[in-house]
Order: sequence, then C-alpha cells, then structure tokens
Amino acid sequence: MNLLAIIFVAILANNIVLSQFLGICPYLGVSKRIETSIGMGMAVIFVMTLSAIVTWLIYNILLAPFGLAYLRTIAFILVIAGLVQLVEMILKKTNPTLFQALGIYLPLITTNCAILGVAVLNIDAGYNIIETIIYAISTGIGFTLAMVIMAGIRERLELVNMSGFVRGAAVTLVSAGILSLAFMGFKGIVTL
Amino acid sequence: MSTLAQEFSKGIFKENPTFRLLLGMCPTLGVTTLAFYGFGMGVSTLFVLLCSNIVISVLRNAIPAKVRIPAYILIIATFVTIVDMVLKAFVPDLHGALGIFIPLIVVNCIILGRAEAFARKNNVGRSIIDALGMGMGFTISLTVLGIIRELFGSGSIFGVNILGTSFQPMGLLSSPPGAFITLGILLGLCNFAFKRLGIE
Repeated sequence: MNLLAIIFVAILANNIVLSQFLGICPYLGVSKRIETSIGMGMAVIFVMTLSAIVTWLIYNILLAPFGLAYLRTIAFILVIAGLVQLVEMILKKTNPTLFQALGIYLPLITTNCAILGVAVLNIDAGYNIIETIIYAISTGIGFTLAMVIMAGIRERLELVNMSGFVRGAAVTLVSAGILSLAFMGFKGIVTL
Repeated sequence: MSTLAQEFSKGIFKENPTFRLLLGMCPTLGVTTLAFYGFGMGVSTLFVLLCSNIVISVLRNAIPAKVRIPAYILIIATFVTIVDMVLKAFVPDLHGALGIFIPLIVVNCIILGRAEAFARKNNVGRSIIDALGMGMGFTISLTVLGIIRELFGSGSIFGVNILGTSFQPMGLLSSPPGAFITLGILLGLCNFAFKRLGIE
C-alpha cells in the first residue's frame, strides 16, 4: 500500500475512534472543550508515534527473531507505560512549556487503548518502519480530528434543553454515531 | 461492610460497568455486532478480571505501593496472553472476530479499576465475589447489546433466525454508527429505568 493511501485511510476512511472503536474512554471523557481536546490530541500524536517506533523495533529485533511473539502484549504494555513516564520526566526537565500543555494528559495515555492498539495493528499489518511512523502519525491526527469535532458539537449541546436522562453520555454517544455515519462516506473513496 | 450478596449484585445493577460507570467502552462498541461475540468478549474479560483480582488480592501486602500500577498491568497482561492463546487454539472463529480487542483487554479500565479500588484492599474471598459480579455485569451488558444489534441487524439471535426470511436486515445496526447509536439509546433508557426503580 502506498503511503498516501495509509494517510487517507488512517485519518478519514478508517478513523481510529469512529470506525475502529479504539480510545473511546478519552474520546468521551476529555472532549468537553475544544482547547482540552486539542491538548489531548497533541499528546496522543506524540506518544503514539514514539511508542509505535519503539514497539516496532522491540518486536522485530527482540521478539520475532527469538520466537517470543507470544510475549507481545506483555512487552508492549510495559514499554508503553515506561515510555509515558520517561516522556513525562524528560519534558518536565527540558521543555516546561510543552510539559504545561501536555502534562495533565500524559498519565491518562497509558490506559488509552488506541496507543496499544496502533502498536499491535502495525505488527498485524506487517508495516515496515517508514509505514509504521506514517500510520502512527496519521492515526493520531485522525484521533485529534474526531475529538475536536466532537468537542465542538458538545459545546453546543450544553446549551440545548433536553431531558436529564439523555443528557451527558447518552446524547454524546448518539452524536458520535451520527458523526461516524458521516465518516463512513469516506470509505467509498478507497478500497480497504 | 456490605454483605457478600450486595458485593455481588452491585456489579450487575448499581455499579454496572457499562451502563452506570461507562468503563470498557471500546470492546463494548467494537465487538457487539453479534450476540455471540459480545458474550465471548464478556466471558474472556470475566476470566481475566477473576484471575487478576485473586492474584492481586493474594499479593496485596507484598506489592510496594509505589510500583503497584506496573505490577498490576504485568499480572493482567499475563492472563490476557493466556486467554489469547486459549481462544486461538480452541475457538479460532471467535479469536478472529474479536481480533485486536483481545490484547486490548489489558487496557480495559474495568480490570485495572477493580484492582486499584477493590482487590488491593480486600481479602481473596471478597475479591472473587467482586470480580464475578463486575464480570457478569459486563458480560450481560455486552450480550444484551449484541442481541439487539444482531436481532435488527441480521434478524437472528446467537445465529438462530428469529424474524423470518421476509425481514429486511437493518444494515445500520451492524455498522460502526449503529454501535454508538444503540448504546446511546440504551444508556438513556437505563437512566430512565434506574430513576423509576429508585436505584441511584
């Protein structure tokens, strides 16, 4: 598959949140304001790319050649958890401004299933290192896009008069469904 | 101290992980296209939750508080790997359908949440009851969602045709948007029902 197709599919046609259902918890939890969802999105792009590169190297250099592929889940989640801690510490020391912006989102990211999901999907798809990097960045952009759109919708939903039973998660999920329906339209453009 | 029966039933009703706490949303939406997939995912999660609750409860005084989260993740990941291999060996169809969501049981917030909130503070017996209640609550929610989506999306339940051959399947319900919309509507109905029944 060429790189352009990977980018298009990852951002629009096969959006990580709206058609693969990964990272729903932060998607519902942090999408209340546009600013916070942009911050979260940036943190996700950063960690996702870094963890995709590291897990790809670990799988192809350490696990696969020695027949240890079954340790994949354990190795990946530990690496991701460690990596997030490391990024947090390095950012705090070297770039306090960026740390201020991303800091509060970093601990949330360890349990973000999109990060582990992308690491596993890369391996399953058999991407090489370039494709892995491109795929991870585009998936992160797709996540940010879905989140910013959702935040825009939710900011307006708050002003709407509606029954207390549907307010909050219920109406957010139905809106996400309609958004997902819109994104499904992109599937016709490429063959997956 | 609540009784064991209360400990068990809270996971199914009052603190149902899907409908009340909104935890573990990714597999809830991702695998419930058919009732059997939802049920399989629920049982896999139940198994991992039960095993990790037992181990964490047993080791609760041995794990230092500062490194407890990585330790819990390691314990959970071990059982997830076991589930992955068992499913691959015995039910390859289900393994293929659940796909990426099997390794992702590791990051299911319900499991880490119960380890952090319950198993590390309670004895083994109570942790088992808690895991069974929470796991069953999750399994029931996923199966219900799967039944609704399968019934209207393909006219059958657990693969048995219910609505007859003249039924036109509603493709929307088995597609990704259908997952969001069905869960959203169910959640609204649940809020309404819980309010009426006086369960807060």
